[in-house]
Amino acid sequence: MNPDRTVTYREALREGLRAALAGDDRVFLMGEDVGRYGGCFGVSLGLLEEFGPERVMDTPLSESAFVGAGIGAAIGGVRPIVEIMTVNFSLLALDQIVNNAATLRHMSGGQVGVPLVIRMTTGAGRQLAAQHSHSLEAWYAHVPGLRVVAPSTVADAAGMLLSALADPDPVLVFEHGALFGLTGELPDGPVPVDLDRAVVRRPGRDVTVAAHGAALHASLAAAEELAADGVEVEVVDLRTLRPLDHDTVLASVRRTGRLVVAEDGWRSGGIGAELAARVAEQGFWDLDAPVGRVAAAEVPIPYAKQLEDAALVSPVRVASAVRAVLS
Amino acid sequence: MGADAPVDPALGLRLLRAMLRVRRFEERCAELYSSTAIRGFVHLYVGEEAVAVGVLDALGPDDAVVATYRDHGHALARGLSMRSVMAEMYGKVEGCSGGRGGSMHLFDVGHGFYGGNAIVGGGLPLAVGLALAQRRTGSGGITVCFFGEGAVAEGEFHESMNLAALWDLPVLFCCENNLYAMGTALERSESNVDLAVKAASYGMPAWAVDGMDAPAVHHATSRAVAAVRSGDGPVFLELHTYRFRAHSMYDPERYRDHEEVDRWRDRDPIETLAATLRGLGALDDAGWDALEAEVAAEVDDAVAHAEAGTVEPVEDLTRHVYAERNGTAL
Ligand SMILES: Cc1ncc(C[n+]2csc(CCOP(=O)(O)OP(=O)(O)O)c2C)c(N)n1
Repeated sequence: MNPDRTVTYREALREGLRAALAGDDRVFLMGEDVGRYGGCFGVSLGLLEEFGPERVMDTPLSESAFVGAGIGAAIGGVRPIVEIMTVNFSLLALDQIVNNAATLRHMSGGQVGVPLVIRMTTGAGRQLAAQHSHSLEAWYAHVPGLRVVAPSTVADAAGMLLSALADPDPVLVFEHGALFGLTGELPDGPVPVDLDRAVVRRPGRDVTVAAHGAALHASLAAAEELAADGVEVEVVDLRTLRPLDHDTVLASVRRTGRLVVAEDGWRSGGIGAELAARVAEQGFWDLDAPVGRVAAAEVPIPYAKQLEDAALVSPVRVASAVRAVLS
Repeated sequence: MGADAPVDPALGLRLLRAMLRVRRFEERCAELYSSTAIRGFVHLYVGEEAVAVGVLDALGPDDAVVATYRDHGHALARGLSMRSVMAEMYGKVEGCSGGRGGSMHLFDVGHGFYGGNAIVGGGLPLAVGLALAQRRTGSGGITVCFFGEGAVAEGEFHESMNLAALWDLPVLFCCENNLYAMGTALERSESNVDLAVKAASYGMPAWAVDGMDAPAVHHATSRAVAAVRSGDGPVFLELHTYRFRAHSMYDPERYRDHEEVDRWRDRDPIETLAATLRGLGALDDAGWDALEAEVAAEVDDAVAHAEAGTVEPVEDLTRHVYAERNGTAL
């Protein structure tokens, strides 16, 4: 244990990968440019040198084939971690993920499990325009058979991978591109995370804000700003989007009476829509105000900076949604 | 046409000028990226100019073009104004895509330019469809589709090749083989590195061309275009080339060595063609200086225009998601 160990989100992801590769020799990493290039965002830098080309495999540009091969390999008894550069490119492998990974256990009457981890970058904020900026984790969270997780802190970036690998079913890990430079303490290195539980990141008694990804950080910043005005916001990090831990959110709403959901994806059919529905179903009488939602504007993410900024969740937008549910 | 065939001086000078415009434009973009006037991902075409310039000079106004995220050269060679492309790099309203697309998504339907596509392989099916429309409408045009050799590993490449050949569609597939897909060398991504052979297996004429030699590219394209226009179906050209710079602005280039880059730099398509034209007496120092001055002035003008361009008000954010009816968004 090293209490002063500060690392970036990117380094934490790498530590998680290193621990996974070192801990089980059935585990291997494959994806585009994960080896020699060091990962398109530098996450796997140095792992090829450390573990060799059998454990860190570069693939051609063939998302459907190498994700499908990951599914087959997982069925066959090894433990692949498949990296897809970004969620936009995962759409080329959507068939394999939804029609195979998510269904094989059920269609085979429980015989064929797919213990596969798929990691991908999600999110906007870097002026990469519409084909590199989307946040589609809510789509995947729609699908029974998949587990969908989103590390939003340094500790979760390091530890979630280990928990995902321990899961007998396919787990999709969404790493937010705007968080790679985030720093935080990692005193004990990667520690497994309870993938069934959301967690309160900041306690408060006035309003609950539930979020993940970059929107979590916008929410924490908004909470800080609102504290100066005497408003105490409780911020819940959802962590797992499927199965969604509504119990933690309901327990928080029971204390605060108010809920705002912030998410990086679009509002229609999003995580906020699902959470608001569940709170209406199971916590209606705890609510003192209608549920508020903050989400990306319903537009493919534009290149121009002022337009991209306006499309995304920001501390200002979260703070005004909080004020709205308080008034 | 190889190095032995004579170069028509007028064509040579035209190609030289077109390549120099792309080169100087992109060099300025790299500077502007460092000063943060341009953001996002920017993929430079430096070293590969002979491909877009040689191919697009051989097309007609009714033809359609589909490109990738590495699209500045194609846009300029297709006739988009340097002003409109630079304004797009700045995200301004005057940009060819209204500032919504940026470097990777240059569009200009008026020039038959159907965009830079940033999903590897994503443009190929579109090109097949544009060609299907051209045939159904009897427009007489053909579609030229540019993509990198990395795309050859994607399913969309194979599905598109098959469809185009099966339906005898007027598509010219131009594979820009610069040997690397980001950090992945061709031999580490293809079981058979002879891409023309792969294409030929779909039943279309396919051959390799020296993509560092602009007149040779032009000559090969003219032949290919004539075949495609005649209605015999698609043609595939594999253009051997090399990118001199990083994959994008972020790339530590750990995957190739300097000597290899230097060897290819010795074959710089602009210097090679300039030397040929000098040998023919079609270019001298004064001619070169005049060309440089003309291009520099155009780049300066494009930058000034982009800087003075309009920042779109955020109230317009959700425009262009659906067709506008009576001037308002759906
Ligand atoms: C489907 C998809 N997968 C991955 C990427 C990320 N990516 C962008 S460019 C690139 C390399 C493509 O190489 P190539 O097709 O040879 O074209 P080049 O960049 O060399 O011009 C990769 C992997 C992407 N844009 N789309």
